[in-house]
Amino acid sequence: MSANLSAILYLVSGVLFILALRGLSSPETSRQGNLFGIIGMVIAVTVTFLSVGNFSSGFIYVLIFLAVGGSLGAFIAYRIPMTAMPELVAGFHSLVGLAAVFVAISAFINPSAFNLGTPGNIKLASLIEMAIGAAVGAITFSGSVIAFLKLQGIMSGAPITFKGQHLLNALLLILIVILTIYLCSTQSSNLFWILIAISFLIGFLIIIPIGGADMPVVISMLNSYSGWAAAGIGFTLENTALIITGALVGSSGAILSYIMCKGMNRSFFNVILGGFGATDQTSGSQNKEQRPVKSGNADDAAFLMKNASSVIIVPGYGMAVAQAQHALREMVDTLKKNDIKVSYAIHPVAGRMPGHMNVLLAEANVPYDEVFELEEINNDFANADVAFVIGANDVTNPVAKTDPQSPIYGMPVLDVEKCKSVLFVKRSLSPGYAGIDNDLFYKENTLMLFADAKKMTEDITKNL
Amino acid sequence: MEIDPFIFRLSIFILSIFVGYYVVWSVTPSLHTPLMSVTNAISSVIIVGAIIAALSGSDGVVFSSSSIYGFLAIILAAVNIFGGFLVTQRMLAMYKKKKKDK
Repeated sequence: MSANLSAILYLVSGVLFILALRGLSSPETSRQGNLFGIIGMVIAVTVTFLSVGNFSSGFIYVLIFLAVGGSLGAFIAYRIPMTAMPELVAGFHSLVGLAAVFVAISAFINPSAFNLGTPGNIKLASLIEMAIGAAVGAITFSGSVIAFLKLQGIMSGAPITFKGQHLLNALLLILIVILTIYLCSTQSSNLFWILIAISFLIGFLIIIPIGGADMPVVISMLNSYSGWAAAGIGFTLENTALIITGALVGSSGAILSYIMCKGMNRSFFNVILGGFGATDQTSGSQNKEQRPVKSGNADDAAFLMKNASSVIIVPGYGMAVAQAQHALREMVDTLKKNDIKVSYAIHPVAGRMPGHMNVLLAEANVPYDEVFELEEINNDFANADVAFVIGANDVTNPVAKTDPQSPIYGMPVLDVEKCKSVLFVKRSLSPGYAGIDNDLFYKENTLMLFADAKKMTEDITKNL
Repeated sequence: MEIDPFIFRLSIFILSIFVGYYVVWSVTPSLHTPLMSVTNAISSVIIVGAIIAALSGSDGVVFSSSSIYGFLAIILAAVNIFGGFLVTQRMLAMYKKKKKDK
Protein backbone atom coordinates (compact mmCIF):
# COMPACT_ATOMS: atom_id res chain seq x y z
CA MET A 1 0.00 0.00 0.00
CA SER A 2 1.42 3.39 -0.93
CA ALA A 3 2.51 5.69 1.85
CA ASN A 4 0.15 8.43 0.70
CA LEU A 5 -2.89 6.18 0.66
CA SER A 6 -2.18 4.84 4.12
CA ALA A 7 -1.63 8.38 5.42
CA ILE A 8 -5.06 9.35 4.09
CA LEU A 9 -6.69 6.30 5.65
CA TYR A 10 -5.06 7.09 9.00
CA LEU A 11 -6.55 10.55 8.69
CA VAL A 12 -9.96 8.97 8.07
CA SER A 13 -9.69 6.92 11.22
CA GLY A 14 -8.64 10.05 13.14
CA VAL A 15 -11.79 11.80 11.89
CA LEU A 16 -13.91 8.80 12.90
CA PHE A 17 -12.49 9.07 16.42
CA ILE A 18 -13.52 12.73 16.53
CA LEU A 19 -17.04 11.67 15.51
CA ALA A 20 -16.99 9.02 18.25
CA LEU A 21 -16.51 11.72 20.87
CA ARG A 22 -18.97 14.03 19.13
CA GLY A 23 -21.64 11.35 19.46
CA LEU A 24 -21.45 11.56 23.23
CA SER A 25 -23.12 14.97 23.21
CA SER A 26 -26.42 13.15 23.75
CA PRO A 27 -27.37 9.62 24.75
CA GLU A 28 -29.33 9.13 21.50
CA THR A 29 -26.31 9.65 19.24
CA SER A 30 -23.79 8.04 21.59
CA ARG A 31 -24.23 4.46 20.43
CA GLN A 32 -23.65 5.49 16.83
CA GLY A 33 -20.57 7.40 17.98
CA ASN A 34 -19.16 4.29 19.59
CA LEU A 35 -19.65 2.46 16.30
CA PHE A 36 -17.66 5.17 14.48
CA GLY A 37 -14.87 4.64 16.99
CA ILE A 38 -14.82 0.91 16.32
CA ILE A 39 -14.75 1.44 12.53
CA GLY A 40 -11.89 3.92 12.95
CA MET A 41 -9.93 1.36 14.94
CA VAL A 42 -10.54 -1.40 12.37
CA ILE A 43 -9.34 0.90 9.58
CA ALA A 44 -6.20 1.89 11.49
CA VAL A 45 -5.24 -1.72 12.26
CA THR A 46 -5.98 -2.97 8.74
CA VAL A 47 -3.99 -0.18 7.11
CA THR A 48 -1.04 -0.95 9.37
CA PHE A 49 -1.04 -4.61 8.34
CA LEU A 50 -1.25 -3.70 4.66
CA SER A 51 1.46 -1.05 4.77
CA VAL A 52 3.91 -3.24 6.68
CA GLY A 53 3.05 -5.92 4.13
CA ASN A 54 4.76 -8.68 6.09
CA PHE A 55 2.49 -11.70 6.15
CA SER A 56 5.11 -14.21 7.24
CA SER A 57 4.92 -16.31 10.40
CA GLY A 58 5.18 -13.14 12.48
CA PHE A 59 1.77 -12.07 11.19
CA ILE A 60 0.16 -15.22 12.60
CA TYR A 61 1.68 -14.47 16.00
CA VAL A 62 0.39 -10.91 15.84
CA LEU A 63 -3.12 -12.26 15.25
CA ILE A 64 -2.74 -14.71 18.15
CA PHE A 65 -1.57 -12.01 20.57
CA LEU A 66 -4.34 -9.76 19.32
CA ALA A 67 -6.90 -12.49 19.99
CA VAL A 68 -5.50 -13.23 23.45
CA GLY A 69 -5.59 -9.58 24.52
CA GLY A 70 -8.93 -9.01 22.81
CA SER A 71 -10.70 -11.89 24.50
CA LEU A 72 -9.27 -10.90 27.85
CA GLY A 73 -10.56 -7.35 27.30
CA ALA A 74 -13.97 -8.57 26.17
CA PHE A 75 -14.22 -10.88 29.16
CA ILE A 76 -13.43 -8.03 31.56
CA ALA A 77 -15.86 -5.69 29.80
CA TYR A 78 -18.77 -8.11 30.19
CA ARG A 79 -18.02 -9.20 33.72
CA ILE A 80 -17.16 -5.92 35.42
CA PRO A 81 -19.88 -4.58 37.74
CA MET A 82 -20.84 -0.97 37.03
CA THR A 83 -19.80 0.09 40.52
CA ALA A 84 -16.22 -0.91 39.69
CA MET A 85 -16.02 1.39 36.68
CA PRO A 86 -13.47 3.80 38.25
CA GLU A 87 -11.07 0.91 38.93
CA LEU A 88 -11.58 -0.42 35.42
CA VAL A 89 -10.81 2.92 33.80
CA ALA A 90 -7.72 3.40 35.97
CA GLY A 91 -6.57 -0.10 35.05
CA PHE A 92 -7.09 0.55 31.33
CA HIS A 93 -5.11 3.80 31.57
CA SER A 94 -2.17 1.91 32.99
CA LEU A 95 -2.24 -0.45 29.99
CA VAL A 96 -2.12 2.42 27.48
CA GLY A 97 0.81 3.90 29.39
CA LEU A 98 2.73 0.64 29.46
CA ALA A 99 2.00 -0.03 25.78
CA ALA A 100 3.46 3.41 24.96
CA VAL A 101 6.59 2.55 26.95
CA PHE A 102 6.98 -0.79 25.14
CA VAL A 103 6.57 0.76 21.69
CA ALA A 104 9.13 3.42 22.57
CA ILE A 105 11.59 0.79 23.82
CA SER A 106 11.14 -1.27 20.67
CA ALA A 107 11.69 1.80 18.50
CA PHE A 108 14.83 2.62 20.47
CA ILE A 109 16.28 -0.89 20.08
CA ASN A 110 15.37 -1.28 16.44
CA PRO A 111 14.88 2.20 14.93
CA SER A 112 15.32 1.03 11.34
CA ALA A 113 11.96 -0.77 11.47
CA PHE A 114 10.35 2.63 12.02
CA ASN A 115 12.55 4.53 9.53
CA LEU A 116 14.16 6.47 12.35
CA GLY A 117 17.81 5.75 11.61
CA THR A 118 20.08 3.03 12.96
CA PRO A 119 20.76 2.00 16.58
CA GLY A 120 23.08 4.53 18.21
CA ASN A 121 22.36 6.96 15.41
CA ILE A 122 18.69 7.84 15.78
CA LYS A 123 17.34 11.08 14.35
CA LEU A 124 17.43 13.77 17.00
CA ALA A 125 13.76 14.77 16.72
CA SER A 126 12.65 11.12 16.89
CA LEU A 127 14.78 10.53 19.94
CA ILE A 128 13.21 13.46 21.78
CA GLU A 129 9.70 12.33 20.82
CA MET A 130 10.52 8.79 21.88
CA ALA A 131 11.86 9.96 25.24
CA ILE A 132 8.75 12.09 25.86
CA GLY A 133 6.41 9.26 24.84
CA ALA A 134 8.24 6.77 27.06
CA ALA A 135 8.44 9.11 30.05
CA VAL A 136 4.79 10.17 29.94
CA GLY A 137 3.74 6.58 29.30
CA ALA A 138 5.71 5.36 32.31
CA ILE A 139 4.24 8.07 34.54
CA THR A 140 0.74 7.14 33.33
CA PHE A 141 1.40 3.48 34.04
CA SER A 142 2.68 3.69 37.60
CA GLY A 143 0.27 6.53 38.48
CA SER A 144 -2.69 4.52 37.24
CA VAL A 145 -1.56 1.42 39.09
CA ILE A 146 -1.52 3.39 42.35
CA ALA A 147 -4.91 4.93 41.54
CA PHE A 148 -6.24 1.44 40.81
CA LEU A 149 -4.91 0.07 44.11
CA LYS A 150 -6.41 2.97 46.04
CA LEU A 151 -9.81 2.64 44.35
CA GLN A 152 -9.84 -1.11 44.79
CA GLY A 153 -9.10 -0.62 48.49
CA ILE A 154 -5.93 -2.74 48.33
CA MET A 155 -4.04 0.41 49.26
CA SER A 156 -5.44 2.85 51.81
CA GLY A 157 -7.24 5.80 50.25
CA ALA A 158 -5.65 8.09 52.79
CA PRO A 159 -3.06 10.50 51.44
CA ILE A 160 0.52 9.37 52.03
CA THR A 161 2.78 12.34 52.55
CA PHE A 162 6.31 12.85 53.79
CA LYS A 163 8.65 15.77 54.21
CA GLY A 164 10.32 17.12 51.11
CA GLN A 165 7.92 15.24 48.84
CA HIS A 166 7.33 18.11 46.44
CA LEU A 167 11.01 18.97 46.36
CA LEU A 168 11.83 15.36 45.47
CA ASN A 169 9.24 15.33 42.68
CA ALA A 170 10.56 18.60 41.29
CA LEU A 171 14.16 17.33 41.38
CA LEU A 172 13.17 14.12 39.61
CA LEU A 173 11.37 16.07 36.89
CA ILE A 174 14.45 18.23 36.36
CA LEU A 175 16.53 15.06 36.27
CA ILE A 176 14.32 13.72 33.47
CA VAL A 177 14.94 16.82 31.38
CA ILE A 178 18.70 16.58 31.96
CA LEU A 179 18.68 12.87 31.12
CA THR A 180 16.79 13.55 27.89
CA ILE A 181 19.40 16.12 26.87
CA TYR A 182 22.23 13.70 27.62
CA LEU A 183 20.39 10.91 25.86
CA CYS A 184 20.22 13.02 22.71
CA SER A 185 23.93 13.73 22.69
CA THR A 186 25.16 10.24 23.67
CA GLN A 187 22.37 7.92 22.39
CA SER A 188 23.25 5.68 25.32
CA SER A 189 20.74 2.93 25.98
CA ASN A 190 21.58 2.96 29.70
CA LEU A 191 20.36 6.54 29.94
CA PHE A 192 17.15 5.51 28.18
CA TRP A 193 16.51 2.79 30.76
CA ILE A 194 17.26 5.14 33.66
CA LEU A 195 14.90 7.70 32.14
CA ILE A 196 12.09 5.15 32.07
CA ALA A 197 12.82 3.95 35.61
CA ILE A 198 12.72 7.49 37.01
CA SER A 199 9.46 8.16 35.18
CA PHE A 200 7.90 5.10 36.80
CA LEU A 201 9.04 6.46 40.16
CA ILE A 202 7.54 9.90 39.48
CA GLY A 203 4.14 8.45 38.56
CA PHE A 204 4.16 6.55 41.82
CA LEU A 205 5.21 9.59 43.89
CA ILE A 206 2.70 11.93 42.25
CA ILE A 207 -0.34 9.80 43.07
CA ILE A 208 0.38 8.51 46.61
CA PRO A 209 -0.28 11.89 48.34
CA ILE A 210 -3.71 12.22 46.74
CA GLY A 211 -6.69 11.09 48.80
CA GLY A 212 -9.63 8.87 47.86
CA ALA A 213 -12.26 11.49 47.17
CA ASP A 214 -9.88 13.40 44.89
CA MET A 215 -9.84 10.37 42.60
CA PRO A 216 -12.14 11.99 40.01
CA VAL A 217 -9.37 14.52 39.35
CA VAL A 218 -6.65 11.86 39.33
CA ILE A 219 -8.47 9.59 36.89
CA SER A 220 -9.17 12.48 34.53
CA MET A 221 -5.57 13.62 34.79
CA LEU A 222 -4.23 10.15 34.00
CA ASN A 223 -6.69 10.00 31.10
CA SER A 224 -5.07 13.16 29.81
CA TYR A 225 -1.53 11.78 30.30
CA SER A 226 -2.34 8.60 28.41
CA GLY A 227 -3.38 10.83 25.51
CA TRP A 228 -0.16 12.85 25.54
CA ALA A 229 1.86 9.64 25.68
CA ALA A 230 0.04 8.35 22.61
CA ALA A 231 0.63 11.66 20.83
CA GLY A 232 4.36 11.49 21.64
CA ILE A 233 4.57 8.03 20.10
CA GLY A 234 2.46 9.32 17.19
CA PHE A 235 5.16 11.89 16.40
CA THR A 236 7.84 9.20 16.57
CA LEU A 237 5.93 6.96 14.18
CA GLU A 238 4.88 9.92 12.03
CA ASN A 239 1.33 8.60 12.27
CA THR A 240 -1.60 11.02 11.90
CA ALA A 241 -4.21 8.75 13.51
CA LEU A 242 -2.12 8.50 16.64
CA ILE A 243 -1.35 12.22 16.75
CA ILE A 244 -5.02 13.21 16.34
CA THR A 245 -6.18 10.67 18.91
CA GLY A 246 -3.49 11.64 21.39
CA ALA A 247 -4.48 15.29 21.13
CA LEU A 248 -8.19 14.45 21.50
CA VAL A 249 -7.69 12.26 24.54
CA GLY A 250 -5.19 14.65 26.06
CA SER A 251 -7.55 17.60 25.87
CA SER A 252 -10.52 15.49 26.92
CA GLY A 253 -8.79 14.44 30.13
CA ALA A 254 -7.61 17.97 30.78
CA ILE A 255 -11.15 19.35 30.47
CA LEU A 256 -12.54 16.67 32.77
CA SER A 257 -9.87 17.46 35.38
CA TYR A 258 -10.80 21.12 35.11
CA ILE A 259 -14.52 20.37 35.58
CA MET A 260 -13.76 18.17 38.60
CA CYS A 261 -11.52 20.79 40.21
CA LYS A 262 -14.18 23.43 39.66
CA GLY A 263 -16.73 21.11 41.28
CA MET A 264 -14.57 21.17 44.42
CA ASN A 265 -13.54 24.81 44.12
CA ARG A 266 -9.91 23.79 44.30
CA SER A 267 -7.06 24.58 41.98
CA PHE A 268 -5.48 21.76 40.05
CA PHE A 269 -2.20 22.23 41.92
CA ASN A 270 -3.96 22.15 45.24
CA VAL A 271 -5.29 18.68 44.42
CA ILE A 272 -2.00 17.42 43.00
CA LEU A 273 0.04 18.69 45.93
CA GLY A 274 -1.79 16.57 48.45
CA GLY A 275 -5.13 15.76 50.02
CA PHE A 276 -7.35 17.60 52.46
CA GLY A 277 -6.61 15.28 55.34
CA ALA A 278 -2.89 15.86 55.12
CA THR A 279 -2.88 19.63 55.43
CA ASP A 280 -2.94 21.24 58.85
CA GLN A 281 -6.41 22.47 59.48
CA THR A 282 -7.02 25.52 61.58
CA SER A 283 -10.79 25.36 61.47
CA GLY A 284 -12.07 24.77 64.97
CA SER A 285 -14.28 21.79 64.25
CA GLN A 286 -12.78 19.91 67.19
CA ASN A 287 -13.86 22.27 69.95
CA LYS A 288 -17.48 22.38 68.87
CA GLU A 289 -19.94 21.18 71.48
CA GLN A 290 -22.06 18.12 70.85
CA ARG A 291 -25.13 19.29 69.02
CA PRO A 292 -28.45 17.47 69.06
CA VAL A 293 -29.57 15.59 65.98
CA LYS A 294 -32.94 14.12 65.16
CA SER A 295 -32.83 10.55 64.05
CA GLY A 296 -35.61 8.41 62.71
CA ASN A 297 -36.41 5.03 61.25
CA ALA A 298 -37.73 3.73 57.96
CA ASP A 299 -41.30 4.21 59.11
CA ASP A 300 -40.81 7.95 59.75
CA ALA A 301 -39.09 8.35 56.41
CA ALA A 302 -41.87 6.52 54.58
CA PHE A 303 -44.47 8.72 56.29
CA LEU A 304 -42.69 11.92 55.26
CA MET A 305 -42.30 10.81 51.68
CA LYS A 306 -45.85 9.53 51.34
CA ASN A 307 -47.13 12.96 52.24
CA ALA A 308 -44.81 14.77 49.89
CA SER A 309 -45.67 15.84 46.39
CA SER A 310 -42.10 16.14 45.15
CA VAL A 311 -38.92 14.37 46.22
CA ILE A 312 -35.35 15.04 45.12
CA ILE A 313 -32.79 12.29 45.50
CA VAL A 314 -29.13 13.17 46.10
CA PRO A 315 -26.90 10.13 45.54
CA GLY A 316 -23.20 9.97 46.41
CA TYR A 317 -20.31 7.57 46.67
CA GLY A 318 -21.97 5.79 49.61
CA MET A 319 -24.71 4.60 47.28
CA ALA A 320 -22.10 2.95 45.07
CA VAL A 321 -20.42 1.32 48.07
CA ALA A 322 -23.72 -0.05 49.38
CA GLN A 323 -24.82 -1.06 45.83
CA ALA A 324 -28.10 0.63 46.67
CA GLN A 325 -29.01 1.91 43.19
CA HIS A 326 -31.50 -0.88 42.41
CA ALA A 327 -33.18 -0.66 45.81
CA LEU A 328 -33.36 3.09 45.30
CA ARG A 329 -35.08 2.73 41.94
CA GLU A 330 -37.65 0.37 43.48
CA MET A 331 -38.39 2.92 46.18
CA VAL A 332 -38.80 5.61 43.53
CA ASP A 333 -41.15 3.39 41.52
CA THR A 334 -43.36 3.03 44.58
CA LEU A 335 -43.30 6.78 45.14
CA LYS A 336 -44.25 7.40 41.53
CA LYS A 337 -47.22 5.07 41.87
CA ASN A 338 -48.42 7.41 44.61
CA ASP A 339 -48.18 10.33 42.16
CA ILE A 340 -45.12 11.81 43.77
CA LYS A 341 -42.74 13.67 41.47
CA VAL A 342 -39.19 12.36 41.80
CA SER A 343 -35.98 13.71 40.32
CA TYR A 344 -32.27 13.07 40.94
CA ALA A 345 -29.63 15.71 41.66
CA ILE A 346 -26.03 14.89 40.75
CA HIS A 347 -23.10 16.90 42.00
CA PRO A 348 -20.16 17.03 39.54
CA VAL A 349 -17.80 15.30 41.98
CA ALA A 350 -20.25 12.77 43.40
CA GLY A 351 -18.61 9.34 43.25
CA ARG A 352 -15.10 8.41 42.31
CA MET A 353 -15.02 9.46 38.67
CA PRO A 354 -16.78 11.92 36.36
CA GLY A 355 -20.31 10.71 35.61
CA HIS A 356 -20.05 7.80 38.07
CA MET A 357 -23.54 8.32 39.57
CA ASN A 358 -25.18 8.69 36.17
CA VAL A 359 -23.91 5.30 35.06
CA LEU A 360 -25.11 3.61 38.24
CA LEU A 361 -28.57 5.15 37.93
CA ALA A 362 -28.70 4.19 34.26
CA GLU A 363 -27.80 0.65 35.27
CA ALA A 364 -30.76 0.63 37.65
CA ASN A 365 -33.02 1.64 34.73
CA VAL A 366 -33.49 5.22 35.86
CA PRO A 367 -34.41 7.25 32.75
CA TYR A 368 -31.69 9.82 32.06
CA ASP A 369 -34.18 12.66 31.70
CA GLU A 370 -35.04 12.37 35.39
CA VAL A 371 -31.40 12.93 36.34
CA PHE A 372 -30.20 16.53 36.62
CA GLU A 373 -26.89 18.33 37.09
CA LEU A 374 -26.21 20.75 39.91
CA GLU A 375 -27.01 23.96 37.99
CA GLU A 376 -30.15 22.52 36.46
CA ILE A 377 -31.80 21.47 39.69
CA ASN A 378 -30.37 23.61 42.47
CA ASN A 379 -33.25 26.10 42.41
CA ASP A 380 -35.81 23.32 42.72
CA PHE A 381 -34.83 22.36 46.26
CA ALA A 382 -36.69 25.36 47.67
CA ASN A 383 -39.94 24.03 46.15
CA ALA A 384 -39.43 20.37 46.94
CA ASP A 385 -40.93 18.64 49.95
CA VAL A 386 -38.33 16.02 50.70
CA ALA A 387 -34.65 15.69 49.85
CA PHE A 388 -33.37 12.13 50.16
CA VAL A 389 -29.59 12.20 50.60
CA ILE A 390 -28.13 8.76 50.06
CA GLY A 391 -24.39 8.32 50.40
CA ALA A 392 -23.47 11.95 49.74
CA ASN A 393 -22.05 14.24 52.40
CA ASP A 394 -19.63 17.08 51.69
CA VAL A 395 -21.46 18.08 48.52
CA THR A 396 -24.53 18.98 50.60
CA ASN A 397 -22.74 20.86 53.37
CA PRO A 398 -24.18 24.38 53.73
CA VAL A 399 -20.94 25.44 55.44
CA ALA A 400 -19.46 25.86 51.97
CA LYS A 401 -21.74 28.85 51.55
CA THR A 402 -21.63 30.33 55.05
CA ASP A 403 -18.28 29.80 56.74
CA PRO A 404 -15.26 31.41 55.04
CA GLN A 405 -13.00 29.54 57.50
CA SER A 406 -14.09 26.16 56.23
CA PRO A 407 -11.74 24.26 53.92
CA ILE A 408 -14.60 23.66 51.51
CA TYR A 409 -15.78 27.30 51.50
CA GLY A 410 -16.74 28.35 47.98
CA MET A 411 -17.29 24.84 46.71
CA PRO A 412 -20.55 24.62 44.77
CA VAL A 413 -22.98 22.56 46.87
CA LEU A 414 -26.53 21.32 46.44
CA ASP A 415 -28.98 23.54 48.35
CA VAL A 416 -30.49 20.54 50.11
CA GLU A 417 -31.25 22.46 53.31
CA LYS A 418 -33.83 24.58 51.45
CA CYS A 419 -36.15 21.58 51.21
CA LYS A 420 -39.05 21.35 53.64
CA SER A 421 -37.51 18.23 55.11
CA VAL A 422 -34.27 16.39 54.54
CA LEU A 423 -33.78 12.65 54.96
CA PHE A 424 -30.12 11.84 55.36
CA VAL A 425 -29.15 8.17 55.07
CA LYS A 426 -25.80 7.59 56.71
CA ARG A 427 -24.10 5.01 58.88
CA SER A 428 -22.96 7.44 61.58
CA LEU A 429 -22.32 11.11 62.25
CA SER A 430 -18.68 10.80 61.17
CA PRO A 431 -17.44 13.60 58.95
CA GLY A 432 -16.94 13.11 55.23
CA TYR A 433 -13.76 13.16 53.24
CA ALA A 434 -13.02 16.84 53.87
CA GLY A 435 -12.85 16.01 57.59
CA ILE A 436 -15.41 18.59 58.58
CA ASP A 437 -18.77 18.36 60.27
CA ASN A 438 -21.83 18.71 58.08
CA ASP A 439 -24.10 21.46 59.42
CA LEU A 440 -26.97 19.82 57.65
CA PHE A 441 -27.08 17.06 60.29
CA TYR A 442 -28.13 19.55 62.96
CA LYS A 443 -30.77 21.48 61.01
CA GLU A 444 -34.26 21.33 62.41
CA ASN A 445 -35.75 19.96 59.23
CA THR A 446 -33.20 17.15 58.93
CA LEU A 447 -34.02 13.62 59.93
CA MET A 448 -31.00 11.33 60.15
CA LEU A 449 -31.53 7.71 59.11
CA PHE A 450 -28.65 5.75 60.61
CA ALA A 451 -28.34 2.57 58.57
CA ASP A 452 -26.81 0.92 55.57
CA ALA A 453 -28.05 2.74 52.49
CA LYS A 454 -29.38 -0.34 50.74
CA LYS A 455 -31.13 -1.80 53.76
CA MET A 456 -32.72 1.51 54.71
CA THR A 457 -34.00 2.08 51.19
CA GLU A 458 -35.54 -1.40 51.11
CA ASP A 459 -37.17 -0.86 54.50
CA ILE A 460 -38.67 2.45 53.40
CA THR A 461 -40.14 0.77 50.32
CA LYS A 462 -41.80 -1.82 52.54
CA ASN A 463 -43.31 0.90 54.69
CA LEU A 464 -44.64 2.98 51.83
CA MET B 1 13.17 26.48 1.55
CA GLU B 2 11.18 23.34 2.08
CA ILE B 3 9.01 22.92 5.13
CA ASP B 4 9.97 20.11 7.47
CA PRO B 5 7.19 17.44 7.54
CA PHE B 6 7.38 17.70 11.32
CA ILE B 7 5.73 21.10 11.05
CA PHE B 8 2.76 19.53 9.26
CA ARG B 9 2.36 16.96 12.01
CA LEU B 10 2.68 19.68 14.63
CA SER B 11 -0.09 21.62 12.86
CA ILE B 12 -2.34 18.56 12.90
CA PHE B 13 -1.55 18.07 16.59
CA ILE B 14 -2.34 21.66 17.59
CA LEU B 15 -5.55 21.78 15.55
CA SER B 16 -6.65 18.43 17.01
CA ILE B 17 -6.23 19.81 20.50
CA PHE B 18 -8.65 22.57 19.60
CA VAL B 19 -11.08 20.14 17.97
CA GLY B 20 -10.87 18.00 21.11
CA TYR B 21 -11.46 21.04 23.30
CA TYR B 22 -14.70 22.01 21.59
CA VAL B 23 -15.97 18.47 21.06
CA VAL B 24 -15.41 17.45 24.68
CA TRP B 25 -17.11 20.56 26.08
CA SER B 26 -20.21 19.55 24.14
CA VAL B 27 -20.29 16.12 25.81
CA THR B 28 -23.19 15.94 28.27
CA PRO B 29 -21.98 15.52 31.87
CA SER B 30 -24.08 12.40 32.36
CA LEU B 31 -21.94 10.66 29.74
CA HIS B 32 -18.58 11.55 31.27
CA THR B 33 -17.88 7.98 32.35
CA PRO B 34 -18.49 6.54 28.85
CA LEU B 35 -16.34 9.42 27.56
CA MET B 36 -13.44 8.19 29.66
CA SER B 37 -13.84 4.58 28.62
CA VAL B 38 -14.13 5.44 24.93
CA THR B 39 -11.09 7.77 25.02
CA ASN B 40 -9.35 4.86 26.66
CA ALA B 41 -10.27 2.62 23.76
CA ILE B 42 -9.28 5.04 21.02
CA SER B 43 -5.97 5.99 22.61
CA SER B 44 -5.08 2.32 22.20
CA VAL B 45 -4.68 3.06 18.50
CA ILE B 46 -1.09 2.97 19.73
CA ILE B 47 -1.45 -0.68 18.67
CA VAL B 48 -0.41 0.63 15.24
CA GLY B 49 3.08 1.17 16.63
CA ALA B 50 2.97 -2.15 18.43
CA ILE B 51 2.17 -4.03 15.21
CA ILE B 52 5.03 -2.34 13.33
CA ALA B 53 7.37 -3.21 16.20
CA ALA B 54 6.19 -6.82 16.34
CA LEU B 55 6.66 -7.35 12.60
CA SER B 56 10.10 -5.74 12.58
CA GLY B 57 11.99 -8.99 13.02
CA SER B 58 13.96 -10.22 10.04
CA ASP B 59 12.89 -13.32 8.10
CA GLY B 60 12.70 -16.47 10.17
CA VAL B 61 13.21 -14.66 13.45
CA VAL B 62 9.81 -13.84 14.87
CA PHE B 63 10.87 -12.98 18.40
CA SER B 64 13.80 -10.60 18.48
CA SER B 65 14.68 -8.30 21.36
CA SER B 66 12.73 -5.46 19.77
CA SER B 67 9.73 -7.40 18.46
CA ILE B 68 9.06 -8.95 21.90
CA TYR B 69 8.16 -5.49 23.18
CA GLY B 70 5.89 -5.08 20.18
CA PHE B 71 4.05 -8.31 20.98
CA LEU B 72 3.65 -7.35 24.63
CA ALA B 73 2.30 -3.95 23.60
CA ILE B 74 -0.17 -5.67 21.23
CA ILE B 75 -1.65 -7.66 24.12
CA LEU B 76 -1.98 -4.57 26.32
CA ALA B 77 -3.50 -2.45 23.58
CA ALA B 78 -5.86 -5.24 22.49
CA VAL B 79 -7.20 -5.63 26.03
CA ASN B 80 -7.90 -1.93 26.00
CA ILE B 81 -9.46 -1.75 22.55
CA PHE B 82 -11.89 -4.61 23.04
CA GLY B 83 -12.47 -3.88 26.71
CA GLY B 84 -12.87 -0.13 26.16
CA PHE B 85 -15.31 -0.25 23.26
CA LEU B 86 -17.38 -3.11 24.70
CA VAL B 87 -17.72 -1.62 28.15
CA THR B 88 -18.69 1.70 26.58
CA GLN B 89 -21.32 -0.04 24.51
CA ARG B 90 -22.60 -1.83 27.60
CA MET B 91 -22.91 1.44 29.48
CA LEU B 92 -24.51 3.36 26.64
CA ALA B 93 -27.11 0.62 26.17
CA MET B 94 -28.32 1.36 29.70
CA TYR B 95 -29.15 5.01 29.11
CA LYS B 96 -32.87 5.06 28.43
CA LYS B 97 -35.44 7.78 28.12
CA LYS B 98 -38.58 7.95 30.22
CA LYS B 99 -41.38 5.80 28.85
CA LYS B 100 -44.05 8.05 27.39
CA ASP B 101 -47.10 5.93 28.20
CA LYS B 102 -46.79 6.23 31.97
